[in-house]
Amino acid sequence: MTPPTAATASPTIAHGPATLVVPRKHRPVAEFLSTYVFSKDHKVIGLQFLFSTLLWFLVGGLLALAVRWQVAWPWSDVPVVGKLFAQEGGQMSPEFYTMLFTMHASVMIFLVIIPILAGAFGNFLIPLMIGADDMAFPTLNMLSYWFMWPAFIAFTASFFVEGGAASGGWTSYPPLSTNPASSPASGMGQTLWLLGLTLVGVSSMLGSVNYMTTIILMRAPGMTMFRLPMTIWAMFITAILQAFALPVLTAAGFMQLTDRLLGTGFFSPEGSMVNNAISGAGGGQPLLWQHLFWFYSHPAVYIMILPAMGMVSDILTVFARKPLFGYRPMVYSIAGIAGLGFIVWGHHMFMSGMNPALGITFMVSTMMIALPSAVKTFNWLGTLWGGKIQFTTSMLFALSFVSMFIIGGLSGIFMAATPVDIFIHDTYFIVAHFHYVLFAGTAMGVWAAIYFWFPKMFGRTMNEFWGKVHFFLTFIFLNGTFFTMHILGAVGFPRRLADAYHYETFHHLQPLNAFMTYCAMGMVATQVIFAANFIYSMFWGPVAGRNPWNANTLEWTAPSPPGHGNFDYQPVVYRGPYEYSVPGVEKDHLMQTDPPNAAAAAAAAH
Amino acid sequence: MGKRLAAMFWALLFLAVPVLGVATFAIAPAYDHWLPKDVSEHGQSIDSLFYFILALTGVVFVVTEVILFWFMWKYDASRRPEGATYLQGSHTLEVVWTIIPAATLLFLAIYQMNAWADVKMRRPVMSPTVEVVARQFEWRLRYPGRDGTLGTADDLFLVNDLHLPIDEDVLVQLKSMDVLHSFFLPNVRIKQDAVPGMKIPVWFKAREVGEFDIVCAELCGWGHYKMKGRVTFETRAEFDAWLERKYAEQQAVQPQTEVARAD
Repeated sequence: MTPPTAATASPTIAHGPATLVVPRKHRPVAEFLSTYVFSKDHKVIGLQFLFSTLLWFLVGGLLALAVRWQVAWPWSDVPVVGKLFAQEGGQMSPEFYTMLFTMHASVMIFLVIIPILAGAFGNFLIPLMIGADDMAFPTLNMLSYWFMWPAFIAFTASFFVEGGAASGGWTSYPPLSTNPASSPASGMGQTLWLLGLTLVGVSSMLGSVNYMTTIILMRAPGMTMFRLPMTIWAMFITAILQAFALPVLTAAGFMQLTDRLLGTGFFSPEGSMVNNAISGAGGGQPLLWQHLFWFYSHPAVYIMILPAMGMVSDILTVFARKPLFGYRPMVYSIAGIAGLGFIVWGHHMFMSGMNPALGITFMVSTMMIALPSAVKTFNWLGTLWGGKIQFTTSMLFALSFVSMFIIGGLSGIFMAATPVDIFIHDTYFIVAHFHYVLFAGTAMGVWAAIYFWFPKMFGRTMNEFWGKVHFFLTFIFLNGTFFTMHILGAVGFPRRLADAYHYETFHHLQPLNAFMTYCAMGMVATQVIFAANFIYSMFWGPVAGRNPWNANTLEWTAPSPPGHGNFDYQPVVYRGPYEYSVPGVEKDHLMQTDPPNAAAAAAAAH
Repeated sequence: MGKRLAAMFWALLFLAVPVLGVATFAIAPAYDHWLPKDVSEHGQSIDSLFYFILALTGVVFVVTEVILFWFMWKYDASRRPEGATYLQGSHTLEVVWTIIPAATLLFLAIYQMNAWADVKMRRPVMSPTVEVVARQFEWRLRYPGRDGTLGTADDLFLVNDLHLPIDEDVLVQLKSMDVLHSFFLPNVRIKQDAVPGMKIPVWFKAREVGEFDIVCAELCGWGHYKMKGRVTFETRAEFDAWLERKYAEQQAVQPQTEVARAD
């Protein structure tokens, strides 16, 4: 630990909000509120996002378990909670099942993955890793968190309104989602869902402008764009994706809302009937929604993976004690994924009735987007090659991200091939694919990041032994649950069916589904170990120093946890973030702030 | 020593991914957990493309996962007192592992276009064999009747019981009355969403007689799971006889004019 410059200077870029939390002893309540609740400190906001999203992760996981119960043992009494929620006798109704998978996906995507990556880690890490004292717009930042709360409330409330929460699938395709006659939940539940979605969008947008501005304007002296860690590059490009894609979803959401409330008929064709009742004004097109929705939601897939890729890249270098293999190709491939990400949305619509010739162009762009992902994977392997690998919990999760992303990436090629997609579209093959990307990929990356940055967040490290137990069991159970889904997909087993066993084609698949449900139960139960480790370590874990992992990036020069304003001296950056095991240097890493003369001196002395 | 054992354990855990992954795919067909029987003419091209991609991705999967295992095994810190190799990348490698996958993916993209065009773009010139109208939660079928033209007074109406002749092109005119549905015939390798407001043509040729499932593959409401139909493929003679029989049944129950109005 060598603070290069005078350790006296407080952060030089001062702005208003910093003064707000000056302790005022005569107003303890106000002080508490401004420090921990309506805080404008990016770290507190990041942790608020982290705690909220982890709680929703639990909700989403339990919803998934309920889905799995029905798929494995349709119409059998749900243990324990069956009496509370389902119909008489504890058996779930098909409406309830439809609601379960809709809300599982909605919660996981909109209240967990997107906010945990951008909201929690983006907030916590961006200023720390670029050497800024806070975000460019602290008030906007605070608002980005508090706009999540009306969304939380809307989603929660929707479970209790008449007809239940939204059940049109997380994709909410009209006319099912716009015509109240088509589904019991297509009433208030769907309206609340749209409201929640829009508010999450507002939150993301506030975050996005903030991240872009902060990364462009507030980097520490010497921190050029090509000295940024991959985490920051990924967050930066994710913010750009959000800024460009989100307005389309917001507009589409409002159109669906007015279709439902004012009868505008953007998505309802002339003369369509539901339950013998004329549906809406007509003159619209159901496919319009799909185009608008996927124009956002496909880039959103990358919003849900790129930050995890960035964080994993950094963690791999730290524990392989090696520079990132091909830093620039890694940056360009993220940019390539983001750019191509805007022209592949049609691959969700190969079977939709969209012009099949248009399907071909989307097929080609989709094939090509596999390329930057492949380049990233090869570079991760290159990073490990010749390393000195330390098997910490964080590293194991990061390695499993690579291993699992390979599966998720390769299985995508099956769906991209339009003729094959004819058979496997909307089967469990696609369910396997996106769970390998989003759970086995992103969630494992998030765990890697939690174990890795926990010391910076709370000043203490998590228990390694229980961390490894958590990793081992999660890894086993997740593969047990999701790998087998490929096999279901190969049989053509359709997703979203409350009971598929009355079909001749699928009647023999129940034992496999039961096996997967047992694995899913194990996976959820395993998270108790994580929760206990997390909470225990927050208060009683071993105290971590500033830099417990001997990492290079700027956040490790700040105290753990950093105070308001982050750095006790102004960090000045002299080099890129991946100078590990530099030949001729005594210690095996050179922090970004280590002045070049010290490095030269160390090299000379060697 | 303990550290070395731990590293070996983790490396082997990661080696289990390709080993068990390949084993799962190898064993599944033996237990009939595999592609259902295909009775269509075009299904062969879809299935062989599936196997081709499976082989291609399978090789990439095994190679990359084994490399990952090998690096974990070999570059474990407890075996590397000399430290890591300082290496920032390799221009040559980047070029190689960009161009090879790019060429492969491009080849794959072009290679499959023909199969797609056969199923979705090269529509046979003929009038519809049957109109399938999806609605919550059933498949309504309408055959042209004796005059061979849809939309006339002698149309034949049925529900969920689709019969089609083998060894000749059939053209299904797919519509939806209410919400989105998807007309999925697993054994014919056909899937097409039914969209309200659109008439979508679906064509195929069955090669074998038999009775198979019609599945709805697009979420259409609470009863989505039970939107089940059956398709029976039979010879032209059997098909014609069946049509005659059904037509007679309909005539007995309903006068023609009523039927026409029901449209």
